[in-house]
Amino acid sequence: MEGLLQVKNLEVQFKTGKKRLKAVRDISFSVKRGETLCIVGESGSGKSITSLSILGLLPTNGEITKGSIRLSKQELVGLPEKEFQKIRGNEISMIFQEPMTALNPTFTIGFQLREPLMIHRKLSEETANKECISLLKRVGIPDPAKKLKQFPHELSGGMLQRVMIAIALACEPNLLLADEPTTALDVTIQAQILDLIDDLKKQMGMGVVFVTHDMGVVAEIADQVMVIYAGEIAEIGDVDSIFNNPQHPYTKGLLGAVPNVDEKEHELNIIPGSMPNLDDQISGCRFHPRCPYAMDVCRKKSPPAFRVSDGRQSKCWLQEVNVNESATTIT
Amino acid sequence: MQDNAALNWKKPKAKKKEKMLIQTIKRLLKNKLAVLGLVIIVLQVILAVFAPVLVNYSPYEQNLSETQLGIGSPEHLLGTDNYGRDIWSRLVYGTRISLIVGISSVGLGLIGGLTLGLLSGYYRKLDGVIMRIVDLLFAFPGILLAMLIIAILGTSIVNVAIAISIWSIPGCARIVRGSVLSIKKQEYILAMKSIGASNSRIILKHILPNCLAPIIVFATMRMATTILSTSALSFLGLGAQPPTPEWGAMIADGQDFMWTAPHMSIVPGIAIMLVVFAFNVVGDGLRDALDPNMNLDV
Repeated sequence: MEGLLQVKNLEVQFKTGKKRLKAVRDISFSVKRGETLCIVGESGSGKSITSLSILGLLPTNGEITKGSIRLSKQELVGLPEKEFQKIRGNEISMIFQEPMTALNPTFTIGFQLREPLMIHRKLSEETANKECISLLKRVGIPDPAKKLKQFPHELSGGMLQRVMIAIALACEPNLLLADEPTTALDVTIQAQILDLIDDLKKQMGMGVVFVTHDMGVVAEIADQVMVIYAGEIAEIGDVDSIFNNPQHPYTKGLLGAVPNVDEKEHELNIIPGSMPNLDDQISGCRFHPRCPYAMDVCRKKSPPAFRVSDGRQSKCWLQEVNVNESATTIT
Repeated sequence: MQDNAALNWKKPKAKKKEKMLIQTIKRLLKNKLAVLGLVIIVLQVILAVFAPVLVNYSPYEQNLSETQLGIGSPEHLLGTDNYGRDIWSRLVYGTRISLIVGISSVGLGLIGGLTLGLLSGYYRKLDGVIMRIVDLLFAFPGILLAMLIIAILGTSIVNVAIAISIWSIPGCARIVRGSVLSIKKQEYILAMKSIGASNSRIILKHILPNCLAPIIVFATMRMATTILSTSALSFLGLGAQPPTPEWGAMIADGQDFMWTAPHMSIVPGIAIMLVVFAFNVVGDGLRDALDPNMNLDV
């Protein structure tokens, strides 16, 4: 089946003064319709930048220097701004982390929810209002007619995130980007929002790219998981095999750092050290300074992406040593 | 009236939510000075609108048998000037000129300032160029800039309005640019872009309304400066030409008779002072009323 979104060898650089820093290095992945891809990584690993570059909304000093992003055969890299505006909100939409700041505090919910309908579907204010009510119903907001006239500060965080989802889905996009949409919410609301996104994905047959650092959320929602570290893919694969059989030491570290409430004396493992800065020069594998299994080769040469099984890759020299001699290298 | 406003304010939750406008007006009415200022402005507007009804003589009508009558003369309440023109009617018609010049030049200045401010705040590439032009305008003392423009365009009240409006542009542009810079960094602007809103839509529909509060205050304060400058320019002979009943020109007419008929200058002088005072205190009051951080119960 043809992928809905195909990202190939994406590289994003930032200009700061005279320096050029690579925030995303050679990332490739694809998302099919009805599939959820979770991008997992620490703060600063390039998760959000990856999703913003899909939307063409990188900060002004950021730039896609290599690679291609295709949305159902249409190339998005280098697309003129006017064309991109027709795609944003219409074919690709985004949900943000903080619903409180992603909605304009000075306008009513209705005003902001009408925007995508008026921009893309050219509806009049009245018909847009009717549509808004059915959209709010769809995302499970009670008393939608009243909510339309309210301001963001009058609604709770969970309700606002539902409004954000309604705005994002107003024009029935094919692809939904969700940038840590549940991080700012408490746990019970988190579960509701995740269920809502999952339901809507099934109803509308969207592809979802879900950015998060919460392994619990990943287990709940993901079909595919992409673990990224310092702008590179550490490991990519389907959710079951990543959770049951993590190959990359970084994935193992992330899974080890998830608290477990069932065991009484569960000790939380941490990954020592912290994410390198973008301008740190690291020879060999970018994870080796923090890796408990680091070998000589890790310090010298950057590992290629080793194929573990179908659709499963790990960028780690351990693959060459451990799995078997015939492990094929994907270039 | 004060008590009423205070009473209403103690139960703000009585009606579930009040419109921003009503809230602002209520806060403004708590400020006694601002209320006084408002009363003066309203009086001025009434004088300007109903000028023909309120006077018995034409402001241009000369009566050489009754020159330099003092204040309190039976026929002429505020006396007459050296040509025997009724000062009250000249004052009332002068209100019209102040208001019209004030409103039109502040309006023009706002249009220019908003445009430049929005563009330079939003588009980084234009920022340098526009702000240098604004710096250039700032470098001139305001009255000198106005005189320069009038020297080019010629003396008339319309040119005064144009000159003063150009002088209003830089201040407005800087205020707007500052607001735009802080607003465009907000996540909701990114969110608007993510649903495909064009730049012009974002600027006009989402950023402009968010930076209106400081602009309302600026415009009110600017009215005071504008009225004062109009009078100053007319006093210098660069604005309204005789026999136009302009306040500054009236002061200039009276200065030769300061010892024999001081009311010729003092009456329009007090009028200018009151109006400038009124716009300034209302501007101050508005600034406090529009500031969401103000604690209402204090």
